[in-house]
Amino acid sequence: MNGFPILSLMLLVPLAGAVVCLLAGARQARMIALAATLIDFVLGVLLWVNYDIGGAQWQFTERVPLFAGFSWALGIDGIALMLIMLSVFLMPICIGASWRSIEKRVGEYMAAFLLMETLMIGVFAAQDLFLFYIFFEAGLIPMYLIIGVWGGQDRIYASYKFFLYTLLGSVLMLVAMLWMANAAGTTDIPTLMAYDFDSRVQTWLWLAFFASFAVKMPMWPVHTWLPDAHVQAPTAGSVILAGVLLKMGGYGFIRFSLPMFPEASAQFAWLVFGLSMVAVVYTSLVALVQHDMKKLIAYSSVAHMAIVTVGLFAFNTQGLEGSMIVMLSHGLVSGALFLSVGVIYDRLHTREIDRYGGLSINMPYYALFFLLFTMASIGLPGTSGFVGEFLSLAGIYQVSTWVTLICTTGIILGAAYMLYLYRRVAFGEQKHADAAAMPDLDWREWAMMVPIAAAVLWMGVYPESFLAPMRQDIAALDARIARARPVGDSQVRPGKSGAAVQVSATAHEGAH
Amino acid sequence: MDLSTSLRLVAPEELMSFVSLVLLLACAWGGDRASRVISAAAAVTLLACAALVAPTLGSGVTGPDGAAFSGLFSADAFAAFAKILIYLGAAVAVVVAPAFFERLHAMRPEYPLLILLAALGGSIMVSASNLITLYIGLELNSLASYVLAAFLRNDERSAEAGLKYFVLGALASGILLFGMSLTYGFAGSTSFAGIRAAVDSGLSAGATFGAVFVLAGLAFKIAAVPFHMWTPDVYEGAPTPVTTFFATAPKVAAMALLMRVALEAFGTQAAVWREIVIFAALASIVWGAFGAIGQANLKRLMAYSSINNVGFILIGLACATPQGASAMLVYLAIYLVMVLAGFVGILMLRDGEGEQVEAIADISGLSRTRPGIAAALAMVMFSLAGIPPLFGFWGKFVVFQAAVQAGLVPLAAIGIAASVIGAFYYIKIVKVMYFDEPANRVTGRSDWVHSVLLTVTAVFISPFGYLLTKWLGALADTAAAALFHVV
Repeated sequence: MNGFPILSLMLLVPLAGAVVCLLAGARQARMIALAATLIDFVLGVLLWVNYDIGGAQWQFTERVPLFAGFSWALGIDGIALMLIMLSVFLMPICIGASWRSIEKRVGEYMAAFLLMETLMIGVFAAQDLFLFYIFFEAGLIPMYLIIGVWGGQDRIYASYKFFLYTLLGSVLMLVAMLWMANAAGTTDIPTLMAYDFDSRVQTWLWLAFFASFAVKMPMWPVHTWLPDAHVQAPTAGSVILAGVLLKMGGYGFIRFSLPMFPEASAQFAWLVFGLSMVAVVYTSLVALVQHDMKKLIAYSSVAHMAIVTVGLFAFNTQGLEGSMIVMLSHGLVSGALFLSVGVIYDRLHTREIDRYGGLSINMPYYALFFLLFTMASIGLPGTSGFVGEFLSLAGIYQVSTWVTLICTTGIILGAAYMLYLYRRVAFGEQKHADAAAMPDLDWREWAMMVPIAAAVLWMGVYPESFLAPMRQDIAALDARIARARPVGDSQVRPGKSGAAVQVSATAHEGAH
Repeated sequence: MDLSTSLRLVAPEELMSFVSLVLLLACAWGGDRASRVISAAAAVTLLACAALVAPTLGSGVTGPDGAAFSGLFSADAFAAFAKILIYLGAAVAVVVAPAFFERLHAMRPEYPLLILLAALGGSIMVSASNLITLYIGLELNSLASYVLAAFLRNDERSAEAGLKYFVLGALASGILLFGMSLTYGFAGSTSFAGIRAAVDSGLSAGATFGAVFVLAGLAFKIAAVPFHMWTPDVYEGAPTPVTTFFATAPKVAAMALLMRVALEAFGTQAAVWREIVIFAALASIVWGAFGAIGQANLKRLMAYSSINNVGFILIGLACATPQGASAMLVYLAIYLVMVLAGFVGILMLRDGEGEQVEAIADISGLSRTRPGIAAALAMVMFSLAGIPPLFGFWGKFVVFQAAVQAGLVPLAAIGIAASVIGAFYYIKIVKVMYFDEPANRVTGRSDWVHSVLLTVTAVFISPFGYLLTKWLGALADTAAAALFHVV
């Protein structure tokens, strides 16, 4: 595949689809959108198959000096590959989820989604600082429209909040990028990742990037836009928001903050830990008391993302690998949970938990899938959630036992709110006649659930498939940040039988 | 330098003067029936003038090569860049007018003529290398503009706009003249080169006052805070094609003139005026953004938006570097097209009887009734807010890049953070057009000229515009180099 601009093609296919959708009628627009996303998925699979594990760090690179001041530079490493795969995998499912529930302005809706796909792939594939920024920021426009036009009742408030929060977070990053490009004399991301900025300047640059990624992630206390946006967005919007857009924050940390400012990252690790610990406990408790299903899942996203951030700033391989797997897993699982909510929302048009009950009686297959995703969200061994959380917590254990202790409570609380949700929705008596009369999954919903369920189990049983492409890049990142690694309090030493790993494993298991 | 060379250098201005005199006669005898023909002639003349100055920019004429009439007039690459923008803005203002005025039975041949004269004034302003030339150009531009603001004689708002513009404009001219006389008194010269040489070793207190007064007078022309008060009223009251003109050509002319005065005449004393410019820049950004939030009229909103954008352009001036000047020119070029697209879009909003629709509430749900106009206006709004991938982002990008390169990082950080306030009202317009229920006010047919212009400008501000960045950047660099060419 060398020389063939497959990444540009992956950007172009949904973009062209978006333009055609704008002009097409409702039925055609759905078909075009599905076709475009499926073509992109096939291209993504080709990308993965042709990705040379253990080969060059940056593959499929393209570089055309098209613009003044920055260039059309694309290329991926294993980390970007996995996130692109997540995006192209979720997109056809999103289109499927909107097949019937979106009835007004279908062409524009599909166009917005396809545009979103282009921009998401662009963010992960960009190798130029400003190209990245353009893709990163441009995502605001289609998402603003998706929430505002096709959202729920309070959609306008939610869309404003989403737009302005994320914009404010990002603009300072632009100034930092301009400074970096000026100081380093290049806008090439791989070069900047190896460039050593002065450690005092790093502090400021790190904070500017943090402002953007923390909002995107989102971290406590700037997470408040997320529940609003999630609740108001249409189902597919929530899936994309939780599944991919939140990952941009984590990707930003792993691509920019850590390798470009290792000293500042170490200096501020305590801040990240502090905010993450608060997030894990606080948002989990908030999730416990929600009456709205989507809101509950939104808060659980914030808690899961906090595990990602502690893992990233653990400064070791387990932490980084774990965070990446949590991101991928959360992308699948939270997407699937939003789909599950969407399935019953389409039937009853309410997200109120109390309006449901005993769905396992009349919707047994639905209850089965919902249970699987609930368990994956909790982190049951055998599902994707377990692998990621275990690795991140093992990583953070080497840095701070206290942080590990507090973050592990997130798993207990996670089990609490998810099982409580599941009990109220699927088990118990059939309190309401209309909820009891809902039909089980139709073939379209089966087609959306089965691929995600398969991926969740695959990642849980054999995570090596997903870790292998990233291993080399994470090792390189680990080597890059090694010089700033903070001294941990757990004093882990390789024992005769790998005792250290077992200790943290027991701690983790005990939490279940 | 002989006279023929001088005359050759001012060819576009000569052509415009000559054509405007001929057209004046034509409208004296032809009357209102001739207005279409005169409009066409004026537009063709403006485009021809743009073609005439293009080679000057292409070949990057600097300093003595462009100096005409013993240094009174400077036809260099910098002037050429600004002139092309002025002529294009003016040509569009001429072209969009007939559809607007004819429905009100107010289409008169004086309109294209006055635009032509105002563009001539602007053209002289940007070529001024002497305080006297500056004043002649400025007054020619202003006097034509006052009349234009009051062009709808039967409309009270238009008359009010004209009067307000005149009274406040005369005050500003007075301030400017006072500053010029002080400058002349302390520098002993009216030429920019002479002033530059005289203040090279430092500004005396009197010369400082002179510089400040000159800057204040010009700040009025570009509508920078705190000299912006006239803008919303004049923009709202003036007929929309005239507002289109005000927001583009005179703004470019005044901004280019400000650059000449600040960077040429007082270029060695940037430390003295930088703080004033920084204050005006930040105040304009913040005030323009907050003022716009409560507005209910689209034209008033665009007025506040122009105040806001002037703030961003002034950040480039505060750099006092060639990069800063180049960034300002790129911003001006992009801003010109965005504003043209915005006003052409507003001109296309008509109700069933053909009345212009200007209230924001009346464009509710426009995306469902007129999706094309709504999409173009939404692009303009996102572009003005500086959201990538629209082209408006590039203007902000180069300006902030110049500020960072000049070491003004705090200014860039504050300025860009304040741009988020502006984003609030821009996305409010998008919200009204896309999220709200249709008000079904905008049902009228649009003129084909408007549709074509809207399409062209919308393509320019779309991501396709980025393909022009290299070319635009190179031209602006050439122009900025001419400005910084010390005689």
